[in-house]
Amino acid sequence: MNIVEVNQLSKTFELHILHDKMITALHDIEFAIAEGEIIGLTGKSGSGKSSLMKCLYRTYLATGGEILYYSRGAGGAGAARNGGVVDLVKASDHEIIALRRSEIRYCSQFLSVIPRVSAIDVVAEPLTRTEKNRDLARSRAKDLLEVLGLPTALWDAFPVTFSGGEQQRINVARAIIAKPRLLLIDEPTASLDTRTKDVVIGLIRDLKQEGTSVLCISHDEYTLERLADRRLHLHSGRITHAITESI
Amino acid sequence: MSAGQNGSDHGNHHNWLLRVRNLTKIYGEPGERTLELTGPEYNSNICPETDSIVACAGVSFDLYPGEVLGIVGESGSGKSTVVKLLYFDMEKTAGSAWLRPYNDGRANMLEASGQQKRYIRNHLMGTVYQNPRDGLNFSFSSGGNIAEKLIMAGSLHVGSIRERASFLLEKTEVPVRRMDDTPASFSGGMQQRVQIAKAIANNPPLLFLDEVTTGLDVSVQAKVLDLIRELQQELGIAMIVVSHDLSVIRMLTDRTLVMKHGRVVESGLTDQILQDPQHAYTQLLVSSLL
Repeated sequence: MNIVEVNQLSKTFELHILHDKMITALHDIEFAIAEGEIIGLTGKSGSGKSSLMKCLYRTYLATGGEILYYSRGAGGAGAARNGGVVDLVKASDHEIIALRRSEIRYCSQFLSVIPRVSAIDVVAEPLTRTEKNRDLARSRAKDLLEVLGLPTALWDAFPVTFSGGEQQRINVARAIIAKPRLLLIDEPTASLDTRTKDVVIGLIRDLKQEGTSVLCISHDEYTLERLADRRLHLHSGRITHAITESI
Repeated sequence: MSAGQNGSDHGNHHNWLLRVRNLTKIYGEPGERTLELTGPEYNSNICPETDSIVACAGVSFDLYPGEVLGIVGESGSGKSTVVKLLYFDMEKTAGSAWLRPYNDGRANMLEASGQQKRYIRNHLMGTVYQNPRDGLNFSFSSGGNIAEKLIMAGSLHVGSIRERASFLLEKTEVPVRRMDDTPASFSGGMQQRVQIAKAIANNPPLLFLDEVTTGLDVSVQAKVLDLIRELQQELGIAMIVVSHDLSVIRMLTDRTLVMKHGRVVESGLTDQILQDPQHAYTQLLVSSLL
């Protein structure tokens, strides 16, 4: 069963401050993500990978086409009206907020730190929104940071001063702690050593076992080989070919 | 693209906390064409025929329980006017606002009697102003300021008022031993935290924050923002955050309205407004971000 179906999706930026210059980032994108499937999204820098991911998360407003998301129940009145199907291109802001809180999670390449919030609380936060039990959320956050090998001395410190790899681990932990149904994750292993890469790959595969679908941008062959069920390759904003991994 | 294209009018949701429609404030005598001849297209909010000033016009939005809405724009864009009208600090020229806990959201609170408005202000809302002198009485102690709000909201027992005041000061990291000092002897950041303690004293479902970190230095600003985030998460208060500072908006809000010359030029999810702004003015604003 599919969780996402993307039909004829396009995205053009209209830059009013540059004499209304038009830049098209995505043309006629079509693909689907099945439940529990991990799709690797590949392509050169500037090929449209992040734009596609941001359209799915609605950080970017698509210019044309539709993104049908088969919700489990969140998404408010709109989803209920349409038997659980939400078009992420047209859904209201409130429907999108409800889905982000409960089902869809985006993990960017870089951690956007929140001043004066400790590493543990940054990781625990998504879970405190659904689980009202703060202690439980914090203990789950500790488990994740331990598995990811973040030194315990850093748990109560503020991530703004952490190294790239440390911040990335916090970002990944924050993205998976609430076990989203759809995980959009951008370069999850880029600044990690092989051992830590394996841990991140393992955590994402564990989520898959529980039914999470994943769209993962990566340039890293090591990660893609171990993670992706199939790949979508983007070139100049179009999907050029799709490879199915035999795993 | 037009403003509000992702508006919230996808069917009639009935779970909003605050619904605002066509909120308008005009200073001076407007003419028939005042609204037509002002706004971002005219790069002015002054009517060329009557010299009346359109502080804000046609502002509409829904706020859901526990949601944080940002209003961003430059000085004079009308963003503060919106919250001042909703907190009854100013009289509207036109428009409606319904607050769920007031008559189950069936009566326009802007048309309520003076007595009803006082009830709404004291029981259902809180506000934090940019200038602590607007929100605090500097001739009262900090504890007295909180007590004032509690008494207006119906608390009469001195012991429980004092207990609640010290709980709130502790929560906002103001030393409780300074409860009997007046805010005049506090630093700017501390004054702001007393103001927040006062604003949430009556457990309101709705809180307005108007440029609350403007003028504070960075470390104090971070502390105030952190406090607001924590209160929001712990108590689930819905908030309207007015700021010209996009980093404050990014850190605190789920959705944002962008205002210019008294009108909402764009509205959307905050990350979308910041990363894929549609209106020329928002594009300029975002590209000016340091």
